[in-house]
Amino acid sequence: MRSFSYERATSPGAAAAAAAGTANAKFIAGGTNLLDLMKLEIETPAHLIDVNGLALDRIDETADGGLRIGALVRNTDLAADRRVRRDYAVLSRALLAGASGQLRNKATTAGNLLQRTRCPYFYDANLPCNKRKPGSGCAAIGGFSRQHAVIGASEACIATHPSDMAVAMRVLDVVVETVRPDGATRSIPIADLHRLPGDSPEIETTLQPGELITAVALPKPVGGTQAYRKVRDRASYAFALVSVAAIVQGDGTGRVALGGVAHKPWRVEAAESELPRGAKAVTARLLADAKPTKDNAYKLPLAERTLAAVLREARG
Amino acid sequence: MTRVSFDVNGETHQLELDTRTTLLDALREHLHLTGTKKGCDHGQCGACTVIVDGRRINSCLTLAVMHHGDEITTIEGLGTPDGLHPLQAAFVEHDGYQCGYCTPGQICSAVGVLAEVKAGIPSHVTADLNAPLRLTNAELRERMSGNICRCGAYSNIAEAISEVAGRSA
Repeated sequence: MRSFSYERATSPGAAAAAAAGTANAKFIAGGTNLLDLMKLEIETPAHLIDVNGLALDRIDETADGGLRIGALVRNTDLAADRRVRRDYAVLSRALLAGASGQLRNKATTAGNLLQRTRCPYFYDANLPCNKRKPGSGCAAIGGFSRQHAVIGASEACIATHPSDMAVAMRVLDVVVETVRPDGATRSIPIADLHRLPGDSPEIETTLQPGELITAVALPKPVGGTQAYRKVRDRASYAFALVSVAAIVQGDGTGRVALGGVAHKPWRVEAAESELPRGAKAVTARLLADAKPTKDNAYKLPLAERTLAAVLREARG
Repeated sequence: MTRVSFDVNGETHQLELDTRTTLLDALREHLHLTGTKKGCDHGQCGACTVIVDGRRINSCLTLAVMHHGDEITTIEGLGTPDGLHPLQAAFVEHDGYQCGYCTPGQICSAVGVLAEVKAGIPSHVTADLNAPLRLTNAELRERMSGNICRCGAYSNIAEAISEVAGRSA
């Protein structure tokens, strides 16, 4: 690990200002992803700003009947919150499908959204990776690409976003609240938070340098039968090959987002009008522009079958 | 170098550490509490599991300087050779290990699991998110999935934890 200086932030605004005003600085909260990458020298911050002391660990009810989740709420606590279990079951289910008990006790809401890809070529510093070293190339393209993106990828990068939680948040249409180094706050719909790789896969979100996530706002409950189904190589503690987050209403309408298929949680609202016609019709539109490799073409029928299983269960 | 102070097994320690020092390395290399083991050093194996402020975490994936003022419990703080923690006694009784390297992490993790079940925290295999919890074998295996046993003593580990869970239920 490279050496770094360390400070404990005293307020969200001060943390953002410090991050913008210090060369090569990063926030640290749970640290479960950042420290893993620092040990491998894939992340090499010169300065860490510890935000754990900021009072951003509450889940409060909002004026419009939703919930505001503090950025530092741990994955365990978010999944276990009575209101989340009752009204946003897809979010509880997605959180519980991710990582291990030890990691969920540490990992935070904001950190989960901002975690880096688990592409094995991103992790292997001996091989080219445009995300790790811009301009060096992509070893996954033409490499072993079983885990990689089937849609929304580019000539520069075919990595996927690893989060389960973010897929549920996309289907719930949460809003991400931030503070910028100048103290200004803004709200970012989750659909606009994560970027597709394009020709700059090293830029993963629309956050500006130093911008700190302070909370995630859940809209008022949307009802319906909510499900998160994750397909992976082993039954526990593994990343998704394909996952489906779905909310199905009594009249057959609903919402669907996929995980494990793209550089961001994958949702196409127009495809949801096909829900009454079944999984095949939905995935045909949701994945219409898919360009799988020979290694990961299996994800297309797998996504359809996984959605079919979710719809069968939701409709009893 | 940064100063940090935290409690380990009821005793306050003040350390001046390179900021890069993980909690795991602080425990093992600076406080010489070598019960906590370094396996993968990347949060994948669970051998480094300790209990911080009542919760189990991977001590390899957190910096010591991030734990100022925290209360940490390691395997050395759970029991002694003459006064074993109920889980330690159950692991002996059920032969819940072979080489023993993962055992301190397994036991600290199991302490965490029992507390999480008591607090009503659901898991991936909990059928109904809004119903009272029962620590079935399936629940126990899912909740312990962050602890790898290379010797494959899983069934005996599960029996040891089940016995203690049943006793304290």
